Amino acid sequence: MSIEIQDVHKSFGSLEVVKGVTMTVEKGEVVSVIGGSGSGKSTLLMCINGLEPINAGRILVDGTNVHGRGTDLNKLRRKIGIVFQQWNAFPHLTVLENVMLAPRKVLGKSKAEAEAIAVDKLARVGLSEKLKVYPSKLSGGQQQRMAIARALAMSPDYMLFDEVTSALDPQLVGEVLDTMRSLSAEGMTMIVVTHEIAFAREVSDRVAFFHKGKIHEIGPPAQVIGNPQKPETIDFLKSVL
Amino acid sequence: MNYTFHWLPAFRALPDMLWGALVTLEIAVLSMLLGVAFAILLALAAASPYRALRAAAASWIELARNTPALFQIYMAYFGLGSLGIHLDSFVALLAGITFNNAGYLAETFRGGLRAVPPTQVRAARSLGMGQVQAFRLVVMPQMFRIVFYPLTNQMVWAILMTSLGVIVGLNNDLTGVTQDLNVRSFRTFEYFALAAVIYYLLAKFVTLSARLMAWRLFRY
Repeated sequence: MSIEIQDVHKSFGSLEVVKGVTMTVEKGEVVSVIGGSGSGKSTLLMCINGLEPINAGRILVDGTNVHGRGTDLNKLRRKIGIVFQQWNAFPHLTVLENVMLAPRKVLGKSKAEAEAIAVDKLARVGLSEKLKVYPSKLSGGQQQRMAIARALAMSPDYMLFDEVTSALDPQLVGEVLDTMRSLSAEGMTMIVVTHEIAFAREVSDRVAFFHKGKIHEIGPPAQVIGNPQKPETIDFLKSVL
Repeated sequence: MNYTFHWLPAFRALPDMLWGALVTLEIAVLSMLLGVAFAILLALAAASPYRALRAAAASWIELARNTPALFQIYMAYFGLGSLGIHLDSFVALLAGITFNNAGYLAETFRGGLRAVPPTQVRAARSLGMGQVQAFRLVVMPQMFRIVFYPLTNQMVWAILMTSLGVIVGLNNDLTGVTQDLNVRSFRTFEYFALAAVIYYLLAKFVTLSARLMAWRLFRY
């Protein structure tokens, strides 16, 4: 049970943004991906659940080749939750309906089952008071927590976080990080693309430093953040800390 | 001014005019239903990879929006007639207005589709929804809200356009009935004033029910 990324290359037109990345994330692990803007971190996440095609290499999720010819991506995505920088709430549905939608329509749960799941997940992210509210009435932090609940409602084996706090006001960042912290404490396998270095240091089993489409350093936070070896890593950490 | 108003005959004719209004409404509703269906096809064709389809859709949309509705109806009746295709007045009017509706609505739908951010589809797909599911459950409801008011306007416009049926010999819609009464009595002002009030009320009825529907449907 793992996500295996093997020498993945990804280009947009003539611009290569991921230039041969290899990394394995084991079940139960939390791996943070740090690095400057445009280093290819977010693109790699989109490739993991097949939202973006890749140009070379391969990605295996529990042994299934994500970009393989016969792969049922809709089925595969059920076990890979993803939360985006722009939280992408469905504006026409209430908070409860947002979270119920995929369990009902994708997993075929009954209305009662889906509602029970949604109520449970929304309680976890602290939104029990907001079930009947439309997303437009929520703060950014609340919408982002709803997006996390929406992904969790599919009972995924893996959770991918794509700079989920980058678009939030500073005072709202904490509540979202708390939610992710509790998830990692429960043993959820997570790949977290983030600019929150302190958070990465605290929750990650390993940290990967991305630079210009490649992993320059990967290892325990104490090593990569605490005692970086490569000049690029040192420069980057100096600029953000 | 030495015109004496005679309102009584006009009011006596009210039941006939209301029956005419029903025909008016019937044509407007049919032309909207057909118009929406063709508009969806046009919007899809306009976005298709086939050049011929795109060109056909573009010509339809351009003609419908940039030539008088009156000409469009005229062509459906007399134009096609001279080619040997004889439609009756009702069908010709319906065809003309549908053609016009479809052209305008195709643009409305295209705009509505664009106004739903692609990230919404991305979020839906990431939850395991297929392309069709994502469109039906996430894009369509949002698009429907965006096109709702333009759709209402087009419906009002369709009601008013039905009055052009008189030029292709339609005599049982509101304008047709009114015109018949007029040529028999020459109480032009009275009959047409009354007909105008009925058109006004029909249009208002559409706008108000749409507002009520929007209030019920769009709680966000």
